[in-house]
Amino acid sequence: MNYLKIAAAGLLAGTMSFGAAQAQETVKIGLVIAMTGQQASTGKQLKAAVELYMKEHGDMVAGKKIEVILRDSASVPDNSKRLAQELIVNDKVSILAGFEVTPAAMVVAPLATEAKVVELVMAAGTSVITERSPYIARTSFTLPQSSVIIADYALKNNMKNIVTMVSDYAPGADAEKSFTGQLTAGGGKVIESIKIPLANPDFAPFLQRAADAKPDALFVFVPSGQGATFMKQFAERGLDKAGIKVIGPGDVTDDDLLPQMGDAVLGVVTAHMYSADHNSPMNKKYVEAFTKANNFRPNFMSVGGYDGMHLIYEALKKTGGKADGDSLIAAMKGMKWESPRGPISIDPETRDIIQNIYIRKVEKKNGQLYNVEFQTFNDVKDPGKIKK
Amino acid sequence: MLTILFDGVAYGMLLFVLACGLSVTLGLMNLINLAHGAFAMAGGYTTVVLVNSFGVPFFLSLPLAFLVAAVIGLVMERAVYVHVYRKPHLEQVLLTIGLVFMAVAGTDYVMGTSQVFANTPEVLHGQFQFFGVGIGRYRLLIIVVCGVLAIGLQYILTRTRFGSRLRAAVDDQRVAQGLGINVNGIFALTFAFGSGLAGLGGALGTEILGLDPTFPLKYMIYFLIVVTVGGTSSITGPFVASLLLGISDVAGKYYVPKLGAFVIYTIIIVVLIWRPQGLFSRASAK
Repeated sequence: MNYLKIAAAGLLAGTMSFGAAQAQETVKIGLVIAMTGQQASTGKQLKAAVELYMKEHGDMVAGKKIEVILRDSASVPDNSKRLAQELIVNDKVSILAGFEVTPAAMVVAPLATEAKVVELVMAAGTSVITERSPYIARTSFTLPQSSVIIADYALKNNMKNIVTMVSDYAPGADAEKSFTGQLTAGGGKVIESIKIPLANPDFAPFLQRAADAKPDALFVFVPSGQGATFMKQFAERGLDKAGIKVIGPGDVTDDDLLPQMGDAVLGVVTAHMYSADHNSPMNKKYVEAFTKANNFRPNFMSVGGYDGMHLIYEALKKTGGKADGDSLIAAMKGMKWESPRGPISIDPETRDIIQNIYIRKVEKKNGQLYNVEFQTFNDVKDPGKIKK
Repeated sequence: MLTILFDGVAYGMLLFVLACGLSVTLGLMNLINLAHGAFAMAGGYTTVVLVNSFGVPFFLSLPLAFLVAAVIGLVMERAVYVHVYRKPHLEQVLLTIGLVFMAVAGTDYVMGTSQVFANTPEVLHGQFQFFGVGIGRYRLLIIVVCGVLAIGLQYILTRTRFGSRLRAAVDDQRVAQGLGINVNGIFALTFAFGSGLAGLGGALGTEILGLDPTFPLKYMIYFLIVVTVGGTSSITGPFVASLLLGISDVAGKYYVPKLGAFVIYTIIIVVLIWRPQGLFSRASAK
């Protein structure tokens, strides 16, 4: 009997010390992204970027081995939550990363708080996300960042009467609200606000309504992936010839789809934080390596993934390999570095990203369509949080 | 106003071509084929690949899309579907939804996840004014093609020998077989034709609906709406239902954009309360 007890205790101690030893050697990152379903293009970009970063920088940081565990959310936020829970409980991950859409990032927030695990948002763009948990940091962008800037651009270029057209979910509402606020404060007018259902097959009726309002410009936000259909129908309806300009955050001229959009998209002006055409040696190298490995162009989602990995690596170096949520998030605050998109940093107060926002126009370069940057706004904080 | 009507008709016609194959297989052959959209997707990708990679003219690629989808349909019918004709509906649903997921994943693997478009010829771009009505050229093409198809189908089904054989085979398989009608052959042909139509619809629809690997899942609900509202025993039913849905969807989104997405669902509910068997169903259909 005694003998048995000792054996059991020994076994228990053995497994415990084994577990601890393992935890010291590897840092696990749970990457929860959509590899299938509506947001699959975002997942594909993120995965490619994460892989590229690890190929370039190796998988050893501060004496720890980095292990990325990829889980497919199938574009369903409920899945993201379940997968995040499994990753925390079963796989004992130190960091949860990814999250292709706002709802996915939001449902995981309470888990991150409870488990004291860092949640690194690499894609979703609604302003409020980082307030949902003290363990959230973001390397993508927020929609108000670009919406406010493009509103200023519209005012300066004499576009006073504007119709807004946004997808009807949190980031769309964010984009619309911050754009409208900035525009009306500057003397412009939104003559009509149209909300499009998120899963919408045909833009025709909404575009017709926008056309009949005869605005100077159309402010558009559709999620990454729907931009091409939108631009096709915009041209089909002859709105480009009617002198209506398209402006908006850069989602509508997503680099992933831009090459297929046709000439209708020429001249569209957007504000965003990344273009594959961004002129810096680092970006040239990034685009070349990315395209070589994947056969498609990196888009703004990809840099979120690439910089996300960089943030994790640097934070681990700073903590000397300590991977608990509190040390990591503390290390991430205020981190500054050079990204393919330009200089960026993590706001120490909000844990949100501070970055340059560029105004770009779609032009043809070597027979390919690109967002060509022509104006830069330095170190833009999320306007959604400044107001508070 | 008339522009909206025109857009609605074009959208409805497109839904009709996409969904009428489904109504044929469901109504006439009593087979629930949720994978119908997969055939539409096959047609769509055929056009995209032919036009973009091989430089086949767009207009020629449309009949080819029909053919490719029809051949896939024929093979699938003989290889897979033939085993579930007599099985309960639940098993048919499980099998076909499985096929949908396979099609989605397979296409994803081969073609990539992002949306694709076929390069359409210059003739089809833009809009022209006709008595003050803005007419999109591409949408006009859809209306013409689909209108001709609808008339042709109605003719085949009601006026030709093949049509009467098909109807006989559906009404009572055993008697039809006893009279020397090759029921299996007719079913196979009908299934292939329905798939072909879906393929054509998919090819025509890429420009307006967009095409990506999730196409069969995204539009399944629309196909099912057309078939439920239209009833399954004729071509006229789904045709009228498609137009009704197309026009009300477009008009609803134009006039009350806030409610836009709900308009068609409201219409289904009203129609189904009023006529649970669909608009044009024979009340006593088995």
